[in-house]
Amino acid sequence: MAVIAAAPATRTTRLGTSTLQITHRSLLRYLRTPQLIVLGTIQGAMFLLIFRYVFGGAIPIKGGIPYVDFLVPGFITTGVLFTGMNAATGAAEDLQQGFVDRLRSLPVPRLCFLTGRAIADTAWNTWGLIVTAAIGFAVGFRIHGSVPDSLAAFGLCVVFGFAFEWLFILLGLMAGTPQAAQGMALLVFPFTFVSSAYIPVSSMPGWLQAFASHQPVTYMVDAVRLLSQGHAAEVLIGHSTGYLVSGALLWALGFVVVFAPLAALKYNHS
Amino acid sequence: MAPIIEARGLVKRFGKTRALDSLDLTAESGQVVALLGPNGAGKTTFIRMVATLLQPDRGVLRVGGYDAGRQAAEVRRIIGLAGQFAAIEPAMTGRENLRMVARLFGQSRKSAKANAASVLAALGLTEAADRLVRTYSGGMRRKLDLGASLVGAPRLLLLDEPTTGLDPRSRIELWDAIRTLVGQGTDVLLTTQYLDEADNLASHVVIIDHGRVVADGTPSALKQRVGGKVIEVHVRNADDMPQVARVLGRSGDGEVRIDQGTRQVGVTVEGGGQALMEALRAVEEAGVEVEDIALRQPRLDEVFLALTGQPDDTAAAPAGTSHR
Repeated sequence: MAVIAAAPATRTTRLGTSTLQITHRSLLRYLRTPQLIVLGTIQGAMFLLIFRYVFGGAIPIKGGIPYVDFLVPGFITTGVLFTGMNAATGAAEDLQQGFVDRLRSLPVPRLCFLTGRAIADTAWNTWGLIVTAAIGFAVGFRIHGSVPDSLAAFGLCVVFGFAFEWLFILLGLMAGTPQAAQGMALLVFPFTFVSSAYIPVSSMPGWLQAFASHQPVTYMVDAVRLLSQGHAAEVLIGHSTGYLVSGALLWALGFVVVFAPLAALKYNHS
Repeated sequence: MAPIIEARGLVKRFGKTRALDSLDLTAESGQVVALLGPNGAGKTTFIRMVATLLQPDRGVLRVGGYDAGRQAAEVRRIIGLAGQFAAIEPAMTGRENLRMVARLFGQSRKSAKANAASVLAALGLTEAADRLVRTYSGGMRRKLDLGASLVGAPRLLLLDEPTTGLDPRSRIELWDAIRTLVGQGTDVLLTTQYLDEADNLASHVVIIDHGRVVADGTPSALKQRVGGKVIEVHVRNADDMPQVARVLGRSGDGEVRIDQGTRQVGVTVEGGGQALMEALRAVEEAGVEVEDIALRQPRLDEVFLALTGQPDDTAAAPAGTSHR
């Protein structure tokens, strides 16, 4: 071929190189869709304001913690579930628009699509966390724990985001179309709302409390709440930091262990 | 040299449909092979198999000497795929797209940069190279998609309906691009629904229907079997149609086809221009008022009729390709 100096590839491209290319491309897809950035930010701010100022007054928190300090850690943590939906629609789009086909016809390791997407989606999630935290501070949220603990809380949110990505990527690959992916991603709503994120679990009916206090999102929210709010939150929640953080991390690990292989399996057979 | 593609008894089922029904096909190196057939004939299934995206249920497929099932990794190094749905990233520039694919082919940063630039130049996309693909026209996207399949310097280029849905001008531009780029010895397998596309690009045409090869050969050999060209008379009054059919029956070489709906009468002829002149004279002598009379290439449905004796039941023949 006259126009191309290269010879055909002689080996499969390395996982690192190919992952990096997919990450770069998936991130550009986010960054160059201004609607996504603007709308995502507005939506996040809107919901936070509604919870803070509309519902907030009706929700008493025991132990004298202001509602804004109770709410914002929950809001930031569950933010990864909202932002994560983009991973589901993104994976479905890649499948539908032929990107997956192109990739699978190239001499790259199969895994690079998933690793590339997971990294890009986690980075996107982290950006969402920063924006939400900034809005939270703007509406009166304050840290009452130590700074290292609060940074650890932020790090935990990133880890949770990464763990949930695998579920969302799997849903996206299963759905096939972005619309269906969005619909399926909405099925995580019960986990988001039936948790300690926005209201104390103790205000729910008894049968619901059983679910709400043992599901993963509650562990994650309470771990973040405790790290950022210190002693007052520990009294309110009634568990130690170590218990909650290790519980939340175990859940996160469980998500990766279960859903990453399932996503890989689905990808290989799609 | 071994054939670039060798398929023996390929079977692929999707539920109850047999997309490929014991397909045999050999594509020699050094030529452009066109896979021609209506929608649902199995063209895309076959090309996806060659691209290692699908596994056959039964049969053997060798690409460049490698087994497409067990040696998929080897096959992927030597092929380039351009799809029906332009699989390029709209949120990246043309240059970024090609550099990404080159990097995925394992090229160094430097050679990916150089190769992307030369492919862009060869396709006439240099000016648009740094614009987001989002702003490209349909034709430019297809060209870039073609470029993405070329940037890895493939031995075998797979083009799945490269011009479907393009306007005539973009089609011709893309044909030129394909011809220029493959002129230097890259093997090409392309699928198309358009006879004139196969005619324009391919040195070997394989006609498939219902997952089987119906006929294959050079375009001219196939056209001879179809019987040259088609004279089509469009009459003003439907009452004149039987008379025109009689006249055309005498000057034509095949069965006369009458389409009541469009008031058109057509017949296949061996000699092109001469037969048209005769037909013109005969129609004029008969005193029939004519809207239009044309000599054109047979359409895909007519090829099917001639080669299989059965009308193409999917009626996939495109309008508007015959009057150029």
